[in-house]
Amino acid sequence: MNTEYISFLDHKGKYTGIRSWIFATDHKRIAFLYMYAIASFFMVGAILGLLMRFELISPGETIMKPQTYNGLFTVHGIIMIFMVVIPGLSAVFGNFFLPILIGAKDVSFPKLNLFSWWLFMIGSMLAIASQLLKSGPPDTGWTFYAPYSTTTGTNVIAATTAAFILGFSSILTGLNFIVTVHRMRAPGMKFFNMPLFPWSLYATAWIQLLATPVVGITLIMLIAERLFGIGFFNPDLGGDPVLFQHLFWIYSHPAVYIMILPAMGVITEIIPTFCQKKIYGYKAIALSSLAIAGVGFLVWGHHMYTSGMSEQARWFFSLLTFIVAVPSAIKVFNWISTMYKGSIDMKPPFVFALFFIFLFMIGGLTGLILGSVATDIQVHDTSFIVAHFHYIIFGGMGFAFFAAIHYWLPKMYGKMYNFKRAYIAAISLFVGFNLLYFPQFIIGIQGMPRRYFDYPPRFQWAQITSTIGGVILVSALILMITNLILGVRRGAKAPANPWNGSTLEWQLPSPPSVENFDEAPVVKENPYDYN
Amino acid sequence: MSEHNTHVEEHRDDEASKLGMWLFIFTELLLFGGLFLVYSIFRMQYPDNFHESSMELSVTIGVINTVVLLFSSMTIAMAITAIQKKNKKLTLRLISVTVLMALVFLINKYFEWGHKFEHGLYPGSDLMQFLERGHHLYFSLYFFMTGLHALHIIVGMILLIICFVKVNKGSITNDKFVFLENGALYWHLVDLIWIFLFPLLYLIS
Amino acid sequence: MENHGSHITEYKVLIKVLFLLLLCTFLTISVTGFNLGAFTVTIALLIAGFKSYFVLSYFMHLKYESLLLRILVSMVFVLFIVIVLITFIDYSFR
Repeated sequence: MNTEYISFLDHKGKYTGIRSWIFATDHKRIAFLYMYAIASFFMVGAILGLLMRFELISPGETIMKPQTYNGLFTVHGIIMIFMVVIPGLSAVFGNFFLPILIGAKDVSFPKLNLFSWWLFMIGSMLAIASQLLKSGPPDTGWTFYAPYSTTTGTNVIAATTAAFILGFSSILTGLNFIVTVHRMRAPGMKFFNMPLFPWSLYATAWIQLLATPVVGITLIMLIAERLFGIGFFNPDLGGDPVLFQHLFWIYSHPAVYIMILPAMGVITEIIPTFCQKKIYGYKAIALSSLAIAGVGFLVWGHHMYTSGMSEQARWFFSLLTFIVAVPSAIKVFNWISTMYKGSIDMKPPFVFALFFIFLFMIGGLTGLILGSVATDIQVHDTSFIVAHFHYIIFGGMGFAFFAAIHYWLPKMYGKMYNFKRAYIAAISLFVGFNLLYFPQFIIGIQGMPRRYFDYPPRFQWAQITSTIGGVILVSALILMITNLILGVRRGAKAPANPWNGSTLEWQLPSPPSVENFDEAPVVKENPYDYN
Repeated sequence: MSEHNTHVEEHRDDEASKLGMWLFIFTELLLFGGLFLVYSIFRMQYPDNFHESSMELSVTIGVINTVVLLFSSMTIAMAITAIQKKNKKLTLRLISVTVLMALVFLINKYFEWGHKFEHGLYPGSDLMQFLERGHHLYFSLYFFMTGLHALHIIVGMILLIICFVKVNKGSITNDKFVFLENGALYWHLVDLIWIFLFPLLYLIS
Repeated sequence: MENHGSHITEYKVLIKVLFLLLLCTFLTISVTGFNLGAFTVTIALLIAGFKSYFVLSYFMHLKYESLLLRILVSMVFVLFIVIVLITFIDYSFR
C-alpha cells in the first residue's frame, strides 16, 4: 500500500460535518444516506401498517374512521413501494458494493449519484407533504386508478408529483449503474467474470431506465386530467379508465422485478459464501436475470384480468406470466444445488437467506394461482392478493435486505453485531410474518376483500391472528435494528473477511477507504473461488 | 483534496458520457412512447373524428416546422464536424443557426396555439368539453404532445446555448467535444419525436 | 479514454441526408393525400421510420458507433413496438 489506510468514514474531504454527507459524491456515503432515509421510511410505513392491523382487529370502526383507513392503506403503499422497496437494495447495497464488486473506485457519474439521492429526498418530502396539505391525504390506493383518482378531492396531485420525482431518481440511478457496469469494470473482468449481484443490479438498472418513464408520463396524464379534463381516462369524454391501468402496470409490473432482482442477487452472493462452494449454474443465473427483466415487460395485464380486457389479452398475459416464472424457478433450483454437498455455516446472513427462499417460494407459487385467469378471478382484490405480494415483496425483498445488512454490515462499518440477538430477531420475524400474512390467504379465498375497512364476523379469527403476527413482527424489527445499531456503536471490531467470502469486497479493509482499491484488484476468472 | 480534480481529468471517459446520454435518450423515447400509445388506441377507436379534427391544423405551418427542425438537425451535426476540423468560428455559427431555427419553431407554435386559444380551443375550455368524444381526445393529445415537445425544444435550446458558451470559452475543443456531441444528440431526439408527431397529428388523410 | 474512433462526418454527407429527409417529408405529404384506409398511416409511419433511420445513423452518428449501442437502440424501439402491439391485443378484440 502506498497510501496510509483511512476508512471512508474518517476521510476528511472538502466539507465537514453534515455537509460532508449531504454533498458527498463517494458512492459509499451516498449508500449510507439512502440507508438511513429508507430505514426510517420503512419503520414509518411499518407503523402505519400496524395501525391498519389495529383497525382491522374487529369489524366496523375500531380506532379510526373509514376515510382515515383509506388514506392509511394509500400512504402505506406509497411509502413502502416508492420510498422503500423500489429504491431499497439498489440504492443502498448497489451503491455501496457495485463499484467494489467490479473493482472500481466509484460509479461512472458520482455527482449524478448524489443528485439521485437529492431527488429521492425531495420526492419523499413531497409524498409526506401530500399527507398534510389542505385537501387531505390521498385515498385512492397507491395504484391511483381512474376514474376515482381523477375526481377525488384529496391531494392526488401532490402525491403523484412526488412519485414522478422519485421515479426520476430511480431512472438516474439505473442510468448510472448501466454505464458503470459497461465502463468501470477492473481490467480482466469480463461480463462473465462479474459476481452475480452486479449482474442482478445491471438487469434491474435496465428496468429502472426503460419502465419508469412510462409511469412518469402516466402520472402527468393523471394530473392533466385533474387540472384540464383531458379525458384520456374518462368515458364521458371518450376515454377509457382501463387505459390508465394498462399504462400504470406497464411500469408497475416491471417495477416488482426492480424489487426482487437485486434481492435474488444478494441471496446469490450469500449462499456460496456460507456453503463455501461455487455457485451452481453461474451462467444460468446471470442470463435468467436478463430474461426476467425482459419478459417482465410483457406480463402487466395479469393485474387486470377483471378489468374488462378482451379474452385474447387475458389469454396472452396468462401465457407470458407462466413463462416469466421459469427463470425465477431456475434461480431457486441453482441456490439449492449450491447448498448440496456444501460446507454449510448457519450464520445470521445464511439464516435470513433460507427464510427468503421459503417465503419467496410461497409468494411465487401463489403467484401461479394468480397467473391463471380462472383462479385469479376468484381471488382478485381479496386479501389473498395482499398476502401474495407481501410474501413476495416483504418475505422476498425484505428478508433479502435483512440478509444483506447482516452480511455486509461488518464490511461497511468494520464492526460485528451480536449473533444470538440476530438469530432471535430472525426467527421472531419469520414467525410474526407468517402469523400475519398466512391467514390472509385463507380468508381471501373465502371472500375477504382488500382495502376494506369492514368485514363480516366470520373473518375475525384471521384478522386477530394477523394483528398478533403484526405486533410480533414489528417487535422483532425493533429488536433486529437495535441489535445492528448496538453492533455498529459498541460491537467488536470486524476483520476484513469474517465469512471467508471470495468476492472483491472481502479483499478490502473494513470499512473500505475512499477510493476502495489502493492497488489494482486481483481479478479471478471465477468470482466464487474458495480455494 | 485537490488530487481528486486531477483524477477526474486523467480518468475522463468520453464513451461513458456518450453512453449515458444515449441512455437518457432512451428514457425520453419511452416517455413520449406512452403518449404515442394513447394516441394509437384512440385513433383506432375514433378514426373519423381524428380525421375531421386534424383538418383544423395548418399543414403549412406543420411542414415549415418540420423543415426547420430537419435543417436544424443538420446544422448541429455540422457543428460537430466543424469542431473536429478545429473551425471554432464555423462551429459557433452553426450552433447559432440551430438555436435560431429552434426559435422559429417556437414562434410558429406560439401562433398555432394562439390561433386555437382565440377560438376558445384550449385544455379545460368550455368549447373543448363540449366537443364530440373523438374530437376532444384528438385535441387533448394535440396540446399534450406538442406542448411536451415544445418543452423539450426549450430545454434543447438551453443546452445548445450552453454549448455555444463553452465552445466560445474554449472548454469544448477539437479533442474535447463530448459535451457538444451530447447536446447535439438531445437536439436530434427532439427532431426524431417531431418526425413522428407531424404525420400523426397533421397528415391524417 | 478521450477520443473515440474520431470519425468525421463530412458536410457533404450531412447535406445529402437532409435532402433525403426533405424528400421523404414531401413524399409523406403526397401519400397521405390519398385515402388508402389503414394503409395510409402504415405507409406514413414506415416513411417516418425510414427518416428516423437516417437521423439516427448519420446525424446521431450511430453508423459509426459501437455495435453495442446500435443493438441497444434497436432493442428500445422493439420494446416500444411490442408494448403497443400487446396493448392492441386488448383493444382490437373488445
